[in-house]
Amino acid sequence: MLTLKKLTPGRIWLLIGYAAAAAALFSAPLFLSDFRLNLLAKFLAFAIVALGLDLIWGFTGILSLGHGIFFGLGAYAMAMYLKLEAGGGKLPDFMGWSGLNQLPWFWKPFENFGFTVLMGILIPASLALLLGFFTFRNRIRGVYFTILTQALVIITTTLLVGQQAYTGGTNGVTGYSKILGQSIASSDTKRMLYWITAAVLIAVFILCRYIVKSRFGKVLCAIRDGENRVRFIGYNPAVYQMVIFTISAALAGIAGMLFVLHVGIISPSMMGIVPSIEMVLWVAIGGRGTLIGAALGAVLMNWAKSEFSTTYPEGWTYFLGAVFIVVVVFLPNGLMGLASKFKLGKGKKRSEPKHDGVEYPAV
Amino acid sequence: MEVFTLQLFNGLSVSSILLLIALGLAITFGLMKVINMAHGELIMIGAYSTYLTQNIFKDILPPSLFDWYFVLAIPVSFLIAFVLGLILEMSLIRFLYGRPLDSLLATWGVGLVLQQLARSIFGAPNVAVTSPSWFNGGVEVLGAVLPYKRLFIIGLVALCLLAMYFYIYRSLEGRRMRAVMQNRDMAACLGVSTRRVDAMTFAIGSGIAGIAGCALTLLGPIGPSLGTYYIVDAFMVVVLGGVGKLVGTVLGAMGIGVFNTMFEYWTNASLGKVLVFLCIVAFLQWKPMGFVAMRSRSLDS
Amino acid sequence: MMESSILRCDEVTVEFDGFKAVQGMSLQLKKGELRFLIGPNGAGKTTMLDVICGKVRPASGRVTFKESVDIAKKKEHQIAELGIGRKFQAPSIFPSMTVAENLEIAMRQRRGVFTVLFARMKAEDAARIEYQLEMIGLQDKADWRAGGLSHGEKQWLEIGMMLLQEPEVLLLDEPVAGMTDKETDKTGELLIEISRQRSIVVVEHDMEFVRNFASKVTVMHEGKLLKEGTMEEVQRDDRVAEVYLGKRRDADVSRSTA
Repeated sequence: MLTLKKLTPGRIWLLIGYAAAAAALFSAPLFLSDFRLNLLAKFLAFAIVALGLDLIWGFTGILSLGHGIFFGLGAYAMAMYLKLEAGGGKLPDFMGWSGLNQLPWFWKPFENFGFTVLMGILIPASLALLLGFFTFRNRIRGVYFTILTQALVIITTTLLVGQQAYTGGTNGVTGYSKILGQSIASSDTKRMLYWITAAVLIAVFILCRYIVKSRFGKVLCAIRDGENRVRFIGYNPAVYQMVIFTISAALAGIAGMLFVLHVGIISPSMMGIVPSIEMVLWVAIGGRGTLIGAALGAVLMNWAKSEFSTTYPEGWTYFLGAVFIVVVVFLPNGLMGLASKFKLGKGKKRSEPKHDGVEYPAV
Repeated sequence: MEVFTLQLFNGLSVSSILLLIALGLAITFGLMKVINMAHGELIMIGAYSTYLTQNIFKDILPPSLFDWYFVLAIPVSFLIAFVLGLILEMSLIRFLYGRPLDSLLATWGVGLVLQQLARSIFGAPNVAVTSPSWFNGGVEVLGAVLPYKRLFIIGLVALCLLAMYFYIYRSLEGRRMRAVMQNRDMAACLGVSTRRVDAMTFAIGSGIAGIAGCALTLLGPIGPSLGTYYIVDAFMVVVLGGVGKLVGTVLGAMGIGVFNTMFEYWTNASLGKVLVFLCIVAFLQWKPMGFVAMRSRSLDS
Repeated sequence: MMESSILRCDEVTVEFDGFKAVQGMSLQLKKGELRFLIGPNGAGKTTMLDVICGKVRPASGRVTFKESVDIAKKKEHQIAELGIGRKFQAPSIFPSMTVAENLEIAMRQRRGVFTVLFARMKAEDAARIEYQLEMIGLQDKADWRAGGLSHGEKQWLEIGMMLLQEPEVLLLDEPVAGMTDKETDKTGELLIEISRQRSIVVVEHDMEFVRNFASKVTVMHEGKLLKEGTMEEVQRDDRVAEVYLGKRRDADVSRSTA
């Protein structure tokens, strides 16, 4: 892109496409039942995680199997607010069962909605920054980093389960009634929450698109292609990796907050190893390295899951396993890669990022 | 004093199992840059193989011979996991060489399928395997009772380690393996069949996982998701130990096993895990590539 | 008194697990010098470049940039920022990005995260990239994925990236490997052109190339300085001839520069 952006026919069509998608998203409440709308809202929240995950995995080549945690921390923040709002000054039920008779200090500020939203972003972001600081700076990367993120998932979930009195343990936090004084179960609130989610998704999409198209995004791709080479050009990859990992975690936190609003519960099992790796699968299926692909992959996989997993639980697991294998081995660029194969695109010859982004010691 | 002895012993016992599991992982990762997430399921398969062997003994042999099932179960577990590993390598893993992250995801899918298969065949609830009666009781050392079962496991691991050592460093096959590990292209040029070496190595790693599964039946009931409890810890061993030398894996397993047990004893199970994780991250600040690291001069090392 | 140098290595020693790849090597580079570093396989030439650009830390010795900056204390990206550019032996470009994008990120600029996040492509930057594309003969392939270029084109792209980086010292590891004779000559002329404003160290095996373009040559052997001088002086030297043709050949075969 040497010249300034011009409105070529291709770009116009793209913009029309985006506008149509946005319009469809916002008008969905007109066509869908409350139940379906609620499901869609949940999928849109997942799409936000997928976008964040794509930034770090698809574009920077760092695989995080820890996004369930960032998602979960955002969700817990919101859940704490909702729980306190529902209790109306009373102690949350599970604390009473565990013998607490006073609200722990760190629960107190979550009575405030603004603080909650801030924390829902800041807590996951700082955790990511911390982990990133202690890994990327020392060039711990590739599989090593991935394994550490997975270990982070295990210890965080064990902690949440173990500290029952403060976190609700295995059952998590549930039983909400109100948000900002409004009933959370009413159709109106639900619709409103849906619109908010759709708006956030679109905003996040625009943000991610900006990041990816900026020179920053190009440096990220360069890091994916050859981290060491980037260093000898004069960039410090560690800083870039930390920043993008933090942004990615913050997005997961936002998604988690929205998720709780739609689903009404968060528990350790919703953020553990399996959900974390499923998030990666959404991106893989849609097509890593394309934002639309990641978002579509999340919605599609979750729609399929809600359709089939309850009726055919066994079949669903086999299907999920098979999808993992097939996509990774035969369709490394996911559905978007498949789509672009059919489209005989001339001009830009830059379709598949062949690397999976890791540098391995030369054997 | 006896508490300390017991804790140390327990730590050693945990280490030995981790080592058995991590051994195969470290070798496959070092050799092929493949991360095998289905390794945990190979453990599970080893455990169910033992369960099946036990059932067969129970059904067709006189009760007096029952205890001997375990003697047979070890090679059976190894063999079944070995064959499965071979099939896995030939059908899937070989497409994933040099792509660690992709291999991680694909093999996770394999693990998912294998777990579900086990659930369909054996049912979701855990099943118990009766340990041979020889293993009841224990020996008293410094006032602490060390169960025979755990002693046996430590012995078994030592034996496997010794066998691996001789295989890798003393046999022709092992020499080929090391050659491929250090310079794949050169080894291929010198007439080493890298395909064969890869397949054999992966299968052996899988077989050892099978033995680990067999050993685990001594410690408690087994279920379809048996492997998932151990797999992440085993990977941490690889991260901590570094890749390319057996001694790194041994040190990594010892470190994690002993510290885990100690921390859990001093605090509680969940906090202990956090502490171990923090220690690992701290250690990696000092040695980012683990205890032992192979150095190379290429740009992307 | 020594005249001021842009780069100076004093008694540099590098060890790899007990093996001394470089032993007490010294090298001085003046501003605007084009220096060729030659020697048999395993002489430690590439390792010297690695030391200068920060990829390898010397066990002992000093590397000084512009008589004042001690490079041993700097990280790779800081060294690159100071103005030392490196071209590796195997072309290392970013394969999934376009040729133009490769140049864009290599271009001299402030490289902080936020500066880069809000960076706009200015007309003059675009012109610089355009100019560089022409110079390396890739103007028609600006939108190609760099991974799809031929080996020679990748070499050129990497040279172009390095020039846009505008370093004061360029370190090139076998820049003409895999190039045709014509491309090789073009590269040589380019090097001479560049050396009017910048200093260059070239590691090269292609003796024909060295003969044609070298003014000063440094010969290394077994990690040490063997001879330094003009090409004629070097060619006349008995020890150099012995190292290249003589009896001690077998000692070098065991290690390769790869």
